[in-house]
Amino acid sequence: MIMDKLNILVVDDEPGIRMGVKRVLQQFEVDYPFMDEPIGFNVVDVETGEEAIELLNSNNYDVVFLDNKLPGIQGIEVLEYINKNMPETRVIMITSYASLELAVKATKIGAYDFVPKPFTPAELRACTENVAKQVFLKKMTKKLHKEGRHIRFQFLSLLSHELKNPIGAVEGYLKMIKERKAGNNIDSYDEMIMRSLERLNNMRDLIMDLLDLSKISGGEKNRELKDIDISQIAKEAINAMQPMAIQKDIQMYLNCKENIFLYGDTREIEMIFNNLISNAIKYNEKNGRVDVFIEETPKTVKVVVADTGIGISKDDQQKLFNEFVRIKNTKTKNISGSGLGLSIVSQILENYHAEITVNSEPNEGSEFIIVFNK
Amino acid sequence: MNKQNVNILIADDDPDYLFQFSLLLSNEGFNVIQTSSQKEAEAYLETNKPDIAVFDLMMEQHDSGFILAYKTKKMYPNTPVIICTAVGSETGMSFDIDNNWIKADLYLEKGKATSILAEEVKNLLNL
Repeated sequence: MIMDKLNILVVDDEPGIRMGVKRVLQQFEVDYPFMDEPIGFNVVDVETGEEAIELLNSNNYDVVFLDNKLPGIQGIEVLEYINKNMPETRVIMITSYASLELAVKATKIGAYDFVPKPFTPAELRACTENVAKQVFLKKMTKKLHKEGRHIRFQFLSLLSHELKNPIGAVEGYLKMIKERKAGNNIDSYDEMIMRSLERLNNMRDLIMDLLDLSKISGGEKNRELKDIDISQIAKEAINAMQPMAIQKDIQMYLNCKENIFLYGDTREIEMIFNNLISNAIKYNEKNGRVDVFIEETPKTVKVVVADTGIGISKDDQQKLFNEFVRIKNTKTKNISGSGLGLSIVSQILENYHAEITVNSEPNEGSEFIIVFNK
Repeated sequence: MNKQNVNILIADDDPDYLFQFSLLLSNEGFNVIQTSSQKEAEAYLETNKPDIAVFDLMMEQHDSGFILAYKTKKMYPNTPVIICTAVGSETGMSFDIDNNWIKADLYLEKGKATSILAEEVKNLLNL
């Protein structure tokens, strides 16, 4: 077993809070689907920051609940001490509503989370469950990373999944063809050959997207910033996508005046349009339409790419911008993609301090909205 | 055991693997139930006990296969479970089945699964 109980330290000068946390957490357990035993908690409490530091120096704590207003040294100083000396220990700040600003500051300098007081047992449990799962996963991942290999576990495992999956699928088909698993009629193998070609095509797209992603992550030195005509780029992107749109009988319209300028990198803006427009086509219905709007105000340039497609449910909208996320349902089953497009878009937008938002109704369509500051 | 009476539950959100595994196992004479998500597989498990189950690891969630394996074992401790995935050793993830948090009888690399799946299924069923 990897862990049975998490060690928790509560630092608060109010005896009521200490008692409360202790009482709630000692009876609380967190369950995870593939764990043998739920995680329980050992809770130790102290009144001051000084005592906390003394205990922290001699014992290991997984989680510290830390009040900021303490009689001696302040919570924020204890937080800094923990960050510096016990990076594995997660700190949850206990703050009054009045000092929410401080809580936000604390999370910025390294607190894992904060609970505003007065809190209910349910709030405390939710917050604890969260951190307990995180500690568990961290311990698990650490255990799996043998010999201190520092790799971006999640990204690499997903990448390997995304690349090996199609190889395996094609390999599987080839073996079946070789061994005549579907009989001696050659026509029975058409579908397998088609699917293999399709999977190889997707791999090519994925590799192109990865190249894009690595260029963006390459940092400033590759960027060429100047005033660029964003309406012109949009026009070219639409033209480039025309063949794809024709196949699905989709009409595309560019709605903007000429010569709208934005300070940026041409290639990056191209990637944004290419990704958004190709999504708008791919996830559209036959005979649908794609509208690109570009609107300029004195301070901003707003880009909207709207489609009349299958739409995205509220739940799915949350996950949309993560790497390798592909919304899987019966409608998207036959649409191929790398799962990197929107993550590329949002990475690029970080360079522009611009945000992307999505409005969508299932079965009606989606619109992606980007507001650039000039 | 008559192979036609052996129900094999397969869950894979990749239509190509689902097709390949199903064809290979039905060629062997087994009765195959195809599901393409964790959710569909869970719905099947609610009311049916498969004789053996083959789960993809990453479906709606990154650990869908583990969750399905856990649930299957909880409901039907004697049903063997095979987890198939393309996630391999290069990520530092080791799928040691002695590891007591993975409730699977066998872990197969997807690329190899098409050649050996039928044999492994027969082994686990003592056929």
